[in-house]
Amino acid sequence: MNSTFLIERPGINSTFQDKGRFGLQHLGVVTSGCMDSFLSDLANKLVGNDLNQPLIEFAYQGPCVKLLKGKVHASITGNIKFKIKKKNKEAIEGITNSSFYLDEGDILDIIATTKSIYGYLAVEGCFDLEKINNSFSTLVKAKIGPNEGEKLIINKKINLNSTINNDNKKLILSFDGKNEIRVLPGKQLNYFSDKSLKDFYSKKYKISNNTDRMGARLEGAKLAHIDSFNIPSEGIAKGSIQVPGDGQPIVLLNDHPTIGGYPKIAHIIAADYDNFIQKQPSSEITFKEVSLKEAEIAFDQYLTYKRKQQYLIK
Amino acid sequence: MLKKITTVGDSSIICDFGENVDLVTNSHVIKLFRYVKNLAEEKKFKGLLNYTPSYNKLLINFDLEKIKSNKIIEMIKSIDISRIPEDTKSKKHIIPICYDEEFALDLELVEKKLNINFSEITKIHSETIFFVYMIGFIPGHPYMGDMDKKLHLSRIATPRLRVPKGSIGLAEKFCNAYSFEAPGGWNIIGKTPLEFFNVKKDNPSVLSPGDTVKFESFKKSEIKKL
Repeated sequence: MNSTFLIERPGINSTFQDKGRFGLQHLGVVTSGCMDSFLSDLANKLVGNDLNQPLIEFAYQGPCVKLLKGKVHASITGNIKFKIKKKNKEAIEGITNSSFYLDEGDILDIIATTKSIYGYLAVEGCFDLEKINNSFSTLVKAKIGPNEGEKLIINKKINLNSTINNDNKKLILSFDGKNEIRVLPGKQLNYFSDKSLKDFYSKKYKISNNTDRMGARLEGAKLAHIDSFNIPSEGIAKGSIQVPGDGQPIVLLNDHPTIGGYPKIAHIIAADYDNFIQKQPSSEITFKEVSLKEAEIAFDQYLTYKRKQQYLIK
Repeated sequence: MLKKITTVGDSSIICDFGENVDLVTNSHVIKLFRYVKNLAEEKKFKGLLNYTPSYNKLLINFDLEKIKSNKIIEMIKSIDISRIPEDTKSKKHIIPICYDEEFALDLELVEKKLNINFSEITKIHSETIFFVYMIGFIPGHPYMGDMDKKLHLSRIATPRLRVPKGSIGLAEKFCNAYSFEAPGGWNIIGKTPLEFFNVKKDNPSVLSPGDTVKFESFKKSEIKKL
């Protein structure tokens, strides 16, 4: 059925995302896509969608939307506080990591993410969006994606083809959110002094306010370069930790530049990426070096856990 | 030639062609890039997500859910790069450029730094055949070389917060083109009306790594709008 949401409040950084736009980095287009692939997959799974369906990613404060028309089976994942205001003014406290039904006239108010940054809103069926270069992901800085590459905008409408074939479901998730982030050593270690390397692995680093989908700037012991802090520009991979001239590391995230010329001290392992990106500014983290073998085993464990949660939804 | 292959984290590898930043090295990078891109697009090898050439390296990102780095490294090692045929798809572009004073933002600075008058600079620039080493920083933004030695320049001391879209700049032996308005520190010598990037097209970028470019000068008075 055709359903329509009205955006009464867009939230701080709400965008349509999917798994990302691949195969274009050589033309300067980064993958983007959902920051937290664990939670975004769960949101789609909770409403019975294929995992490639686009969803709304929000950060800190989410959107407030009114269902103008139709009926919708929706889900929300993350550490999220939200309310559903029914047409008769009754306000229902939302239960996160579950799916629920919205009737015509209902208002879904995603108030805030707690102790985390990102959350997801999925609907059973599909948002009515234009696929740009094979993806629904939004890269705001380059204006690439559905919605003309923009964040959600107040008073605009979101159309969807909603289906109500699946029962609503609920999951109990516990986020351990460890503050120790596992990394693999960078390729340009010879650019850093021994003291810098020792500091990087032994001291705490604080996530700064200057953190978004492009990168997370960290504050802590200065990582001095031995000589130069420029390398010939090279392709950048998500999760790389680069150190520019000021010695304060930057973790490169989903919307990172495609190439860059600062030396990398380490790379966050794939298994710890979702945990890292959910760390709020002012959180303190430490880095632990692991081997490639350990990183790959950790990723297999991450996948097993993810699939188990998806299986529990059935 | 390919010197070494190293992992970058657990989900990428980088193929390193040595320290040199020159046309010979980059042409090897481009050969391998095209080979890998073709494997991915023809679905002849699973799990390849992105392949990003730079001056002397090729970064390959893969899906750790489908494949691990040792398999990709093994595959790359089995390729004899010297036997990859020259690509016939490599395009030759003529890009219009206007060197008029209002667009050559660093005209005076460049003349002073190089001690050559601007008309000589534009002559050398427009006679050069450039090779696209890589594209990035912002979508569709090319790094092209090699500039004649006489025009090698350092970047400007204080980068601009906004370089107008279409601006053409010089730094060291490279020439760039601001496909969008962006911050930058290159010496701006002109502007092009060409749209380098349109995301709505299947092939969104006019230029690809490995293409060649020649600039063709025109005066603003010759056209209505730039």
